[in-house]
Amino acid sequence: METLVDNLIASGAFGAHPNYAVVAGVVEFVGGAVVFLVVAMPFAGIVSWLERRVWARIQSRVGPNRVGPQGFLQWLADGLKNICKEDLIPAEADAPLFKLAPYLVMLAFILPWSVMPFSSSLILADLNVGVLFFTAITALTVVGVLMAGWASNDKWSLIGGIRSAAQIVSYEIPAGLSIFPVVLMTGTLSMQGIIRAQGWAPQRWFLFANPFTFVAANILFISALAEGNRTPFDLPEAESELVAGFATEYSGMRYLFFFMAEWGNLFLIGALITTMFLGGWQCPHVSDNVVVMNLLELLIFNAKVLTVVFVSMWIRGTLPRVRIDQLMTVCWKYFVPLAFVNMIATALWVAIWPHGNPVTGYLMFAIGLIVLAMFVRRVAHYVRRSRMELYFHPTI
Amino acid sequence: MSTFHTEEMTLNMGPQHPSTHGVLRFVVRADGEVMREAVPDVGYLHRSIEKIAEKVGYHGFMPYTDRVDYVCAMFTNQGWGMASERLAGIEVPKRGEYCRVIAAEFNRIASHLISVGTMSMDIGAMTPFTHAIREREMINDLIEELCGARLTFNYMRIGGVAWDLPPGWREKALAYLDHFDPILEEYNSLISFNKIYIERLANVGVVTPQEAINYNLVGPNLRACGIKWDIRKDLPYSVYPEFDFDVPVGSGEWGTLGDSMDRYMVRIREMHESSKILRQALKQIPAGPVLAKVPRNFKPPKGECQVRIESGRGDMGWYVVSDGTGYPWRVHVRTGSFAAMGIIQKLSRGLMIADLVTLIASLDVIAPEIDR
Repeated sequence: METLVDNLIASGAFGAHPNYAVVAGVVEFVGGAVVFLVVAMPFAGIVSWLERRVWARIQSRVGPNRVGPQGFLQWLADGLKNICKEDLIPAEADAPLFKLAPYLVMLAFILPWSVMPFSSSLILADLNVGVLFFTAITALTVVGVLMAGWASNDKWSLIGGIRSAAQIVSYEIPAGLSIFPVVLMTGTLSMQGIIRAQGWAPQRWFLFANPFTFVAANILFISALAEGNRTPFDLPEAESELVAGFATEYSGMRYLFFFMAEWGNLFLIGALITTMFLGGWQCPHVSDNVVVMNLLELLIFNAKVLTVVFVSMWIRGTLPRVRIDQLMTVCWKYFVPLAFVNMIATALWVAIWPHGNPVTGYLMFAIGLIVLAMFVRRVAHYVRRSRMELYFHPTI
Repeated sequence: MSTFHTEEMTLNMGPQHPSTHGVLRFVVRADGEVMREAVPDVGYLHRSIEKIAEKVGYHGFMPYTDRVDYVCAMFTNQGWGMASERLAGIEVPKRGEYCRVIAAEFNRIASHLISVGTMSMDIGAMTPFTHAIREREMINDLIEELCGARLTFNYMRIGGVAWDLPPGWREKALAYLDHFDPILEEYNSLISFNKIYIERLANVGVVTPQEAINYNLVGPNLRACGIKWDIRKDLPYSVYPEFDFDVPVGSGEWGTLGDSMDRYMVRIREMHESSKILRQALKQIPAGPVLAKVPRNFKPPKGECQVRIESGRGDMGWYVVSDGTGYPWRVHVRTGSFAAMGIIQKLSRGLMIADLVTLIASLDVIAPEIDR
C-alpha cells in the first residue's frame, strides 16, 4: 500500500507536491470501499449461493438455479428482495440498539478484510499485529449478536444472544491458543510474515510442520466454526429450538445483514486457516512478471479458501447440532487443555529445531495423504453404492 | 461468596414454533437453559371430528377419518372401517383385507420416515430429513396410483377397499421395497450412528417400563421401554396372523432403556419389519373381490364396539355406539399422541430447552391426532 501511494505521488496524479497524509487517506478510503463493495459483499453473496447449491446437492435437491447461469445471481435477487421488504421494528424493542446491532455484526465481518492477504502485494494493510487484529475484530460479532438478542425484547432472541455470547467467548480461547504455535514458529503476527515463512509445497505448510501444529489447525478450524455459528455449533440461531435465535424479530435488510455476515465469516474462517496453516498465497515461481505472479497467488489463495469453505458446508450438510452443555464440555474440557499442550510442545519443538525439521514435514505430509486417501476411499464406496436414478442431474 | 440468585423465566413455546410439529403449545418454565417444567397446552387443532361423525353417517365419515391423523391416514380409515363392519357384522373379502394391510404398511413406513426425518431435523441435521422425504415421496407415488390421493387417502370403505391394486402395481411395489431396504442402511450410516446424534438422544427423556404403562404410552413409545406389546401380534386383527414378522423393542444399547434413542431405533427397525410384511403380503395376495356387499343406506343394529388397531403411533382405539339409525350415536377415537403428550410434563423436568424439542420429536406427537 505504501509503495502504491509512493508511486501515485511520483506519477503526479495528485499534483506536484501533494500532502502525503491526504493521498494516503484517499487511497485507503478508495481501497477500503473497493474491498468492501467489490470483494467482501459479493463474496458473502457468492458464498451464500455456493452454500445453497452445495447443500442442495447433498440433500438431493436442486437448489437455486433460475437467476442467471446455474442460479449464480440468486444472491443479487435475494438482496434486492430484502431491500424492498418492510423494515419492521417491534413496538417493545429498544429501537436504537435494535437498529445498531446488524451494523456492528457487519463491521466485525468487514474490518478483517483489511488484513486479508490475497497475494504478495494485494493486501490493504499488512499490520504487524495482523492476526491479533483479525481475531479481535471477528470476536466483535458477539457484541452485535448480544445487542440484537437483548434489544429485540423477546425471550427466544435473548436466549440466542446469551448462547452466542457464551459460545463465542469460550471458543475464542482455544482459537487464540491455536494461533500461538504458528506465532512461536514465525516470530511474527503479520499475515504476510506468516505466509512468507511457509512454502508453496505442502510439506512446508505449517499444517504439516509438526504434529502439534496439525492438531492446532484442527482445533482452530472447529473453534472457528463455533465462532461463526456454523453447524454443528449453530446454537444461537438453532431454528428448531429458538425459532431464529437472536434474529427472530428482524426482517428485511437487517435480517440479511446477519446472514451476510455469517456467510462472509465463512470466507474469513477459510482465509484464517489458509493463512496460518495452508501456506496462504504461496505459489511456485513460474514467471518474473509481477502481475502474473500476483494473479496466480490470488487464484491459489482463493482456491484454498474455497476448499476450506466447501468442507465447512459439507460439515453443515451432514452433522446434527450439539447441545449447549456438550458445546461447553468440548471447549473447556478438551480443546483448552489440548491447545495449551500444543503451545508448550511447539515451544519445545522450536527450542530444539529453531529452523524447523524438514523430515517431519515430509512424514506428516505423507500421513496426511494417507488419511486423505482413506477418506476418499470411503466416500467413493458410498458414491459407487449410490443409485444414480435417485439423484438429480448435477447441472439442472 | 454470596449465592448466585437466578430467576425462572416463563417461555411460551408455540403454537407457532418451528419444531412443535403443527400447533402445539408448551408453557415452559426455565432457569436459563434448564427447564423446570414444560406444561403442554393442547386444543389448538380441535376440529370436532368425533361430533361430525354423528351428523354425516357411516359412509360419509370415511373422508373425515383421514384428518384424524393425516400422516398415517390409512390406519384411521381402517379403524373406522373395522368398527363399522364389526357393528354390522360384515365380512371383508380376503383380497380386501390384503389390500388394506398393504396400503397400511406402506403408510406406516411413510409415517415413520416422517417421524425420524423431522426428528433429525429438530436436532439440527437437515440432510436426513430431505432423504426421508424423498423415500416417502416414492411411497406417496405408489399410494397415489392406488387411490388417487397422496395425503388424505380415503382409500378404504366399509366392507373393504375402494379400488383393487392397479395392473403392474405389485411389481412396482416390490421394486420399491428392493430399493428401500438398502436405503435404510444408508440412512443409518448417515445419521443413526452419528456420534453427535447419539449423544443428543441417549439418556434423554428416559421412560421406565412402569411409567410407560402408568402414562398409557402406546406403540413405538411403549415398545422402546422394552415392553413387547403390538396389537398386530397380541390382539391380531385383519390378516396379520398370516405374516411372519418381529416386534422390535428398545434395548437400551446406546444409553438407558427407554430413552429417546431407543424410541428412534424402534421406529427404524419397525420400517424393516413393515417391509417384511409387505413382501409377504404382496406375494400371498389372493384373487377375488375387494369390497363386500354393503348397503348404501348403512344402518348397523343397535350396539357398541371397540376396535383396536396398531397405527403408526400405536394402539388406536375406535369406540362406536350405534342406536340403529344411519348415524352413529357416539364416536370416540383414542390416539397415541394424546397419551404421549401427558408424559411430556413429567419428562421435561430438568432437561435443557434443546432436549424438549428432541423429546417431542422422539414421542412422535402429531398435532391433529391429539385434538381431533
